[in-house]
Amino acid sequence: MSKNLDIKLVVNGTTYERAVEPRLLLSDFLRHTLGLTGTHVGCEHGVCGACTIMVDGDSIRACLMLAVQADGCVVETVEGLGTVDQLNPLQQAFHSCHGLQCGFCTPGMLMTCTDMLKKYPLESDAEIRDGLSGNLCRCTGYVHIVDAVKMVKRGATVATETTASHPQSHPQQIAKEISP
Amino acid sequence: MKPPKFDYLRPATVPEAIDALVAAEGGGKIIAGGQSLMPMLNFRLLNPTVLIDINRIAELSSFREEDGGLRIGSLTRHHKLETSDAVKRLFPVLNAAMAHVAHLAIRNRGTIGGSITHADPAAELPMMMVLLESEITIATPRGNRVVAAEDFFLGALTSAVEEDELVTEIHLPALPPNAGWAFEEVARRAGDFALAAVGVIMTVEDGRVTHSRVGVMGVGDTPLRLFDVETVLYDEACEGGILDQAIEVARASVAPATDLHASADYRRHLLGVLVKRALQTAWLRANGKDVASGSSSSGGHHHE
Repeated sequence: MSKNLDIKLVVNGTTYERAVEPRLLLSDFLRHTLGLTGTHVGCEHGVCGACTIMVDGDSIRACLMLAVQADGCVVETVEGLGTVDQLNPLQQAFHSCHGLQCGFCTPGMLMTCTDMLKKYPLESDAEIRDGLSGNLCRCTGYVHIVDAVKMVKRGATVATETTASHPQSHPQQIAKEISP
Repeated sequence: MKPPKFDYLRPATVPEAIDALVAAEGGGKIIAGGQSLMPMLNFRLLNPTVLIDINRIAELSSFREEDGGLRIGSLTRHHKLETSDAVKRLFPVLNAAMAHVAHLAIRNRGTIGGSITHADPAAELPMMMVLLESEITIATPRGNRVVAAEDFFLGALTSAVEEDELVTEIHLPALPPNAGWAFEEVARRAGDFALAAVGVIMTVEDGRVTHSRVGVMGVGDTPLRLFDVETVLYDEACEGGILDQAIEVARASVAPATDLHASADYRRHLLGVLVKRALQTAWLRANGKDVASGSSSSGGHHHE
């Protein structure tokens, strides 16, 4: 029983085909099978938010999804946001506002913030804090993370332009191209 | 931890999913959004022989208005309910409750069918089903059956869905015209499970309550309708002594448990506070007064 299943998916713009055990978590697939260790694993039951990634344009917990379920999907992880030399606007804002200390929660924070900036007006600190409530950070006290989100909000036009020129901002289109 | 071993099937239709459940002889488990099931698998609280993934069954994502109500496919994600204009317009109380459901990454994935089948007594959607008098369609090997929300929740984490069955659709019948409404919840943190929450629907004519529904959660093994409170309110103005009596009856109607998060006494006290706020707000709205949308959350926007 539980024979390996073939899956095909796009991660940060690269197509991968692998055979996976059905019980393999998407978080472990990314880290162990693909070697993308930017996605962190904390609680493995959906509470800490460290493993938050994007699947087909929506933030999800990678520990609460099986790799086999991501077959045909477009996945974006923190590695797809920017590079060390060229941080994306959100990463730059985290850097500028001291939005991280130990950095463990940061990949999940970045993916969560990416999605909430897209989906909510975030007009108040309370709204931003509500949005961050599913991601635990033991260092910053969240104040500087809220500041970073506000900084991106202020420069929203710049951020949108940068994202629009990025091919990974069209996950549905890519999904269509690879769908079996 | 990591899940135990299981086989994985991805049926394309509801009959295929039911066939897979029957073939599994009780060892099959449906996975929809997985936001409750995956943690249970990771903790190895469950050990299914086969996981039946319904995420690619297109018909389960249906979503349509019908006679002033809604027919919602069981695979409809929480984020869709949270942002749907139809929900906002037809069931503003559900729209208000959705803001309290977990966090964005959970709402992107979690489904209405999964939430109600899981039947967590401190979750918002099961209580909404009871409050909105929904009818739940369940596909079975013997054909479809429809269960009223009132008969659907049997106990903590126990619903009327048998091991070879699958929730396919939720029908929310239209609310009475000009219904006032309110939703009040207190949780330790935004998105956490409720310590207690209250939903109210109310209609008023000539300054008296003609119809009310009071739903509560977090204070028993299942979400509850407080029919005795509704009786107190009937044909009365929802204020003064009647309001006090409603709160007293509400507190007497529940038997909350003490757990890690709150004592039974605290929960009972809290319930009274939330019933009062919700009834006041619903009364104002039913009388045509404009009350800012939203509700108290863990911080509490009200002052008493």
